[in-house]
Amino acid sequence: MTESTETRVPRPRAARAPSTAEPSAPQGSEGRRVDAPPPAAAPSADPSPERRVEPRVRFNRTSSTGSANFIGAAGASLGLVWVIYERVLPFSGVLGFWVTWYVLFLALYLVMARLQWDRLEARNRLAAVALGTGGVLVVLVVIEQVGYTLVKGSAAVTHSNFWTKSLAFAGPDSPMTVGGVLQAIVGSVEQLGLATLVSVPLGVTAALFLAEIGGGLARVVRTIVEAMTALPDLVAGLFVYVTLILSLGLEKSGLCAAIAIGVTMMPIVARASEVVLRIVPGALREASYALGSSQWRTVWNVVLPTARSGLATAVVLAMARGIGETAPVLLVAGYTKELNADPFSGPQASLPLFIYNAVHVLGTSAYVERGFGAGFVLVVVVLALFTIARRIGGAAPGELTKRQRRKLAREAAES
Amino acid sequence: MAVALTPGSPHALAEEDPPRIIVARPSSSDRVFRGILRSAGIVVLLITVLILVFLILRSFSAFQRSGLAFFTTQAFFPETSNQFGIAALLPDSALIAAIALLVAVPVGVATAIYISEYAPHVLRRPLIAVIDLMAAIPSIVYALWGLFFLMPRILGTDQWLAHHLGFIPFFHFTKSDTIGSYVGATFIAGLVVSLMVIPIVTSLSRQVFSQAPQGEREAAYALGSTRWGMIRTVVLPFGRAGIIGASMLGLGRALGETIAVTFILTPLTWTFSIHVLEGGGNSITAEIANYYTQYDNKGVAALLACGLVLFVATLIVNSLASIVVSRSRSGALTEAD
Repeated sequence: MTESTETRVPRPRAARAPSTAEPSAPQGSEGRRVDAPPPAAAPSADPSPERRVEPRVRFNRTSSTGSANFIGAAGASLGLVWVIYERVLPFSGVLGFWVTWYVLFLALYLVMARLQWDRLEARNRLAAVALGTGGVLVVLVVIEQVGYTLVKGSAAVTHSNFWTKSLAFAGPDSPMTVGGVLQAIVGSVEQLGLATLVSVPLGVTAALFLAEIGGGLARVVRTIVEAMTALPDLVAGLFVYVTLILSLGLEKSGLCAAIAIGVTMMPIVARASEVVLRIVPGALREASYALGSSQWRTVWNVVLPTARSGLATAVVLAMARGIGETAPVLLVAGYTKELNADPFSGPQASLPLFIYNAVHVLGTSAYVERGFGAGFVLVVVVLALFTIARRIGGAAPGELTKRQRRKLAREAAES
Repeated sequence: MAVALTPGSPHALAEEDPPRIIVARPSSSDRVFRGILRSAGIVVLLITVLILVFLILRSFSAFQRSGLAFFTTQAFFPETSNQFGIAALLPDSALIAAIALLVAVPVGVATAIYISEYAPHVLRRPLIAVIDLMAAIPSIVYALWGLFFLMPRILGTDQWLAHHLGFIPFFHFTKSDTIGSYVGATFIAGLVVSLMVIPIVTSLSRQVFSQAPQGEREAAYALGSTRWGMIRTVVLPFGRAGIIGASMLGLGRALGETIAVTFILTPLTWTFSIHVLEGGGNSITAEIANYYTQYDNKGVAALLACGLVLFVATLIVNSLASIVVSRSRSGALTEAD
């Protein structure tokens, strides 16, 4: 329930003495705890009743009974699973331990809840705990993913040659002091830049078409865009491979990779942009039309500036997706150990492709370490792009940033 | 916009006042502008059609050679013989996707309910950000994690499953029972893919859940329902179409996932096996990624045929998903005002 249901009610008589407030709450509503009245209002001998602060009735807050149950069940099942899993049965594996623990925990929690409340309430509590686990699990997984890559990669990135050298002179077992990922970083930056140049204008224009013009064709395009968002990225690579390399006879190059990345980025940009363009208030458009401006003037001077922050978020998020794309690049970029700064000719490496080759194709321990180093770089770039997207995306359409507000204030003061 | 007013005929004017017919005639600059926008839409359409056309054209020779046997052959030797087909690859892909969905849908829906119904307000935005970040993490990072972190830790559990739940056909283990034969199993690949499906399921179903009508929620509470009772009777039925649509989008993603599957699977044979704990499974995407450089034109055509099947399969799944999801939006109007 949202906080809108948090209600203010007059203090019930029973709540006068704070100690009796808790047990007197009706059964099956742990969350319905009556907050202890503030000390100033506590003496009931207070002669002025209107001075009394009304305590809030809060729904669904944790109470001591609830958390005691929770901790008790968690601890008990931990002990039990240790005895059963490690001592009695010949199981092994860390994962199995925690899975067994979780199942036991839910069972114990249900039993404990059942001892105190009726069936409905016990089920209610079990559901709350089980659903909450989903949230906890997802957060843990993200921390785990990012943390694991950063920790394993930190050994490689501390070598300065990792950043400044290519792998041109490194053999399969060369130590970490030889070579680096410069060629992959250069390739990633160039390919992402080209892909952005291809996909962002096309994606935003297509989104404008969907949001501003509409009609039957737009419905078809929208369905296609939605289907393409979840299109396998490998198919985008296959498409570029078939069209540009097999049919047109181009060589594998950074450009082909950029086009493949662009094909996967474009629907993401288009879809996210359309959502943003749709929440631009219609009154703004109508005001612009009423002032006599044409449609493209309205879009250019009213709609796009209003949606600027949202559009930027869409672009940056698509870039975060684009830089990590491996499958499309795999087929069309070729791969080289050497530095190739020219995306228009010859094979070119990129960070994901570097990891793929280091880990999957070569797989020696030195290369796995380099792969994790490249993963470190990739994760940091994605995190940075993601943070930027969140920062600029926080603003509602038309909402000004602090800097813009300061600028406006300055201009107002000057005039 | 230039607006031309066309008055009705003078006769009609004399008798009654007919509604004026307003014709909006776009200016020439507007016409150019609309043309540009429309052509962008057409380009998007064209790219999708081109993908389909080129894949069909280039894989045509492969289909010609193998005929309908392409869908029934459990082998893949396109260079030396006509013995190639997706009878093993497609079910393998589907099996991985099924494992991924079995894990991702419950976890994703639970997380979505938690975020939209249980999480305190201060936690809601950070949690949504975490889900978005999970979707933004490159699949190769998941692949690294799955190969080097998850795989060594899960083998013991796999072995336990095979020993104690081996009577279930899926967990049956036919190979020699060394820990090494559990490496590269379909099960592990499915688990890693599930992590990439979770954010899709979560964010889509969360959006649908948060649209559940407030009036019906309060009605459930007013009838004395517990919170779980309210979720079960109001939020979940309202969001059912959303959950189905989200799961299908996740299925599309899981079918097409390449890198994580390629990293983890160690393809040995081209026979399909439902024993998910055994190593040696394969998938369409892994087959393409592993062999596209080694094959000549004939082989590449066969791989493209696989790609075409994958493309059509995901296109169908995704289109169905978006139809289901867009239908579910109409549910927002059920609240009586």
